[in-house]
Amino acid sequence: MPQTNASQTPLIAMEGVGKWYGAYHALKNVNIQVAKGEKIVLCGPSGSGKSTLIRCINHLEEIQEGKITVEGTVLTDSTGAVDAVRREVGMVFQSFNLFPHMTILENCTLAPMRVKKVSKAEAEATARKYLERVRIVDQADKYPAQLSGGQQQRAAIARALCMEPKAMLFDEPTSALDPEMVKEVLDTMIGLARDGMTMICVTHEMGFARQVADRVVFMAAGEIIEEAPPEEFFSNPKHQRTRAFLGEILAHH
Amino acid sequence: MASIGFNELYFLLQGLKWTVALTIIGFIGGGIFGLLVALARTAESKALQRVTTGYIAIFQGTPLLMQLFVVYYGVALVGLNVDAWIAVAIAFTLHASAYLGEIWRGGIQAVPKGQTEAAKALGLHYTSRIKDVILPQALKISLPATIGFLVQLIKGTSLAAIVGFVELSRAGQIVSNQTFRPLTVFAIVGVMYFLICWPLSLWGARAERRLQTAAR
Ligand SMILES: Nc1ncnc2c1ncn2[C@@H]1O[C@H](COP(=O)(O)OP(=O)(O)O)[C@@H](O)[C@H]1O
Ligand SMILES: [Mg+2]
Repeated sequence: MPQTNASQTPLIAMEGVGKWYGAYHALKNVNIQVAKGEKIVLCGPSGSGKSTLIRCINHLEEIQEGKITVEGTVLTDSTGAVDAVRREVGMVFQSFNLFPHMTILENCTLAPMRVKKVSKAEAEATARKYLERVRIVDQADKYPAQLSGGQQQRAAIARALCMEPKAMLFDEPTSALDPEMVKEVLDTMIGLARDGMTMICVTHEMGFARQVADRVVFMAAGEIIEEAPPEEFFSNPKHQRTRAFLGEILAHH
Repeated sequence: MASIGFNELYFLLQGLKWTVALTIIGFIGGGIFGLLVALARTAESKALQRVTTGYIAIFQGTPLLMQLFVVYYGVALVGLNVDAWIAVAIAFTLHASAYLGEIWRGGIQAVPKGQTEAAKALGLHYTSRIKDVILPQALKISLPATIGFLVQLIKGTSLAAIVGFVELSRAGQIVSNQTFRPLTVFAIVGVMYFLICWPLSLWGARAERRLQTAAR
């Protein structure tokens, strides 16, 4: 497999991105490039803008400044650009956000049938493949409320994978889980990383960061403060704020 | 005093038929337009929101009786020579659309934002987000209030008598005037309303209990 190479255009690029909520400046001059197959862990204190950053990538939030490019498409407010970007990028939320009135299988087949217009049979075959991969294919006909938190989050990962995205965004996927269920979700994400998925993960699971991240990006107050490969990030953080943050995180674990 | 026989009962049943027909028309017409009102009310466009907020405020802030008069004389004023029937059906449709629109607006807004976000992230467009994701949940949340409004609507149809429409209440009045047995006649009329409204109320209460258990 060719490793990330400088001449290759990045899969996701943010250039000089600025984002305001009303008068509040939530993202300040954010620059980040993510190559195909790269895994980024995004961390930082609560309220630093991590969710905002990844939600801008699939246009759940609009930016006021700068430029976002995904797989060559410049993300504008036009439906065409937004559709193109959302087809390439899947997202997993802290609160799962499965559709409660649909079975797990229906959750997984809805978007492929509506967006990609594949047949029901084909959508179900794809869904079973990915449910198998996250190891809950035996739960396919249950409703979300009948599953444990860990199973629901794995179902949500499978639902996103069914659209066969080129990149996946994770927004604190294990933060809402009971401790004993964190591992099953992280293992699923590690498996995905091993298979070469491009990933941006907002998480405070530093073990996960060490194991799979190519780069750890640290944010504070809407800015990217520091980024480095995990060994370097953890052993030799350069900024005072990074050190303070790591001190707090490690004290809690 | 004349007795109440088959003919009188038959006349009351004819009235009941019109009550039911008017309710069904008001509910279906109001349901279709009410859905549009609810969608416009929850749309991203500020202009749509404002127009529908005003529409709802007007119909909730005036008596149904007045709405009936305005539509009844209004259609005549614009030169349309329509049947009392059609005028009344239009009035009930407008009335129901404002109330159902407001009830369903509440249901739509009670669906967690994460549902819309997940649907958007999957690339689903507005129509599919609404039809497949939001409405099934919103209508379930709104079911008790919707049934409650349906019961109000059934009873509200009695106001159509004022513009000469012979529904169940008006039929009762006519039979009572002919037979001079108002108590007996209106007891029968009351039982007829009750037999329709009571099961609906029970259904509404059950739907509400189910929602409460599901929320726990
Ligand atoms: N929809 C919103 N409206 C107004 N302010 C918001 C909104 N979403 C987030 N914010 C604010 O933006 C800042 C960054 O939020 P967020 O991206 O959620 O941070 P993080 O994910 O790092 O905890 C916070 O101060 C938060 O209060
Ligand atoms: Mg967040």
